[in-house]
Amino acid sequence: MSKFMTWVDERFPATKVWEEHVSKYYAPKNLNFWYFFGSLAMVVMVLQILTGIFLTMHYKPDSSLAFASVEYIMRDVPGGWFIRYLHSVGASMLFIVVYLHMFRGLLYGSHRSPRELIWLLGMLLYVTLMAEAFFGYLLPWGNMSYWGAQVIISLFGAVPGIGPGLSEWIRGDFVVSDATLNRFFAFHVILVPLLLSLLVYLHIVALHKVGGNNPDGIDIKKDKDASGKPLDGIAFHPYYTVKDNLGVAVMMTALLAVVFFVPELGGWFLEKDNFAPADILQTPPDIVPLWYLTPYYSILRAVTFEWLPGGAKLWGVLAMGSAIVLLFFLPWLDRSPVRSIRYRGWMYKTALTLFVITFVMLGYLGTRNPSHVDLGLLTNVTWSQIGLVVYFAFFLLMPIYTRMDRTKPEPDRVTG
Amino acid sequence: MKKCIVSVLMLLMPLAVSASGGAGNLDKVYIDVSDQASLQRGARTFVNYCLSCHNASFMRYERMATDLGISEALLREEMMFASDKPGDLMVTAMPAAGAKTWFGVVPPDLSLTARSRGADWIYTYLRSFYADESTTTGWNNALFSNVAMPHVLYQWQGTRAATFEGGGVADVSSVRYQSVVPGTMTGREYDAAIRDLTNFMVYLAEPAKLVRYEIGFWVMLFMGVFIVLAYLLKKEYWRDVH
Repeated sequence: MSKFMTWVDERFPATKVWEEHVSKYYAPKNLNFWYFFGSLAMVVMVLQILTGIFLTMHYKPDSSLAFASVEYIMRDVPGGWFIRYLHSVGASMLFIVVYLHMFRGLLYGSHRSPRELIWLLGMLLYVTLMAEAFFGYLLPWGNMSYWGAQVIISLFGAVPGIGPGLSEWIRGDFVVSDATLNRFFAFHVILVPLLLSLLVYLHIVALHKVGGNNPDGIDIKKDKDASGKPLDGIAFHPYYTVKDNLGVAVMMTALLAVVFFVPELGGWFLEKDNFAPADILQTPPDIVPLWYLTPYYSILRAVTFEWLPGGAKLWGVLAMGSAIVLLFFLPWLDRSPVRSIRYRGWMYKTALTLFVITFVMLGYLGTRNPSHVDLGLLTNVTWSQIGLVVYFAFFLLMPIYTRMDRTKPEPDRVTG
Repeated sequence: MKKCIVSVLMLLMPLAVSASGGAGNLDKVYIDVSDQASLQRGARTFVNYCLSCHNASFMRYERMATDLGISEALLREEMMFASDKPGDLMVTAMPAAGAKTWFGVVPPDLSLTARSRGADWIYTYLRSFYADESTTTGWNNALFSNVAMPHVLYQWQGTRAATFEGGGVADVSSVRYQSVVPGTMTGREYDAAIRDLTNFMVYLAEPAKLVRYEIGFWVMLFMGVFIVLAYLLKKEYWRDVH
């Protein structure tokens, strides 16, 4: 074996890469529950790729065959329903773990210097993932697929001057049609997955260059032993491989429970309207994207002020776009002298709590009729306008409140 | 034990609150796809009445027969009026162009109606027909106003007239029915027949439902053991960290 490895290592740095990134990559020993979600996201992504390959073997990207081919998978392909549910539930699961992974960053300051590039690459991954989900959602060619795509693509029509031409160029037709389905299929199964894989690779290379953060938000590379190993670090393998293995087991149990017992999850993971085939003459009563995009959809719909120059739609699209763009600037908006929530003062803790409540509220409102009253007192659209203000205040006021906040001193070594 | 866990999991299902929200005025129907006799009765109604005009074009006769414990002889003799190959899809003999002329619309495919409309909707809809002189078919529906479909099962339910409280719009929540001509079934019998039909349509919308709870149980059991082993392995390795 060692002779074989020597032969390989002379030609390819196999052992070197293994040691650098796995067996001698030292991660902080105090990583808690919140640190599971990065590796879980990778596992779900692999699951999506594998199930996606099997679905591609039976799916027909043709507007007259697509809907029936999905039902063919659900009924006639042996085990097809299992593969399809794994893929549809997996999509939602990927967003769940990604949102928790991002929240971990906000908790412990993982976006702060020197990890800005990890954050930026992660944000690119997030945006690319939203595109992947959007393209994939058209493929079953259900009525909600169809009208969801119609609405989202028409948003590009709000761009002044080139808008209408731009949305036509994206669709390849005047309405969402076979041409749209074919190109979305190409994007969903090859273009975007390639981009995602590249970005995951870069995200991890950047992470391994500076090393992971930890719940104390302090640098473990300050204290090293004689051999250069951080005193508070432990080898990724075997310690974190066996720990992540446990995380994978728990997550897969949750995922499989949904797959086998509630694959539609009451309409949150598979919508009722999508069990009717796409129909250009029949608009669903409420057109809503799936839950992972609804916070931004709420922000879009919150801007109802027609007196704005250019109209409400243009400003709605701008608000939605900047809600996502602002996330990219987080490393520079945050001016706190400490990273972790453990040593921050009440201001950041309050702001983060409000932000999480707001984000969840916006997500819920995005699935509801704007003119209804679902949260009491005010209409849904008014609540989402309040949500919009809180959302933007969280970011735009961050340079002020993070500097004013009374922080606690950080410890020298990690605290367990 | 297994049944017990499955039923606990199924009891938890309503906790997954509906994303689309429910129409509150629908009558609730009790669905049990493991009740094979009910599925068989529902299938008989479906092929005799629904399939005359509607398609269930994602479903094959053979699959239905196998899943519902119907022999091939019985299937051929009693249930296949539009086809002679058990492997065929369940497609109506009525031509789509003709249907368009006769009803004004092509009757929708029913394979997935239980998933797109919901079981409660089907159950309520099929029990909400009433006689109405003002429509072309002579029938109307309190849930689906001015629907193109006539009351196919009127011989069972009988002919009913309807008044709406407050004299207002036709609406399933304010309707009062009066029997005009009694049917061959009592109200209870009719409800039971519609429940069987709805039950069958829930199966029709997702045949995998017959097996996925059972497989799911074994998968959960396996994952439970896997979690315990993964936990013990992690604990063993991490002994030298703490």
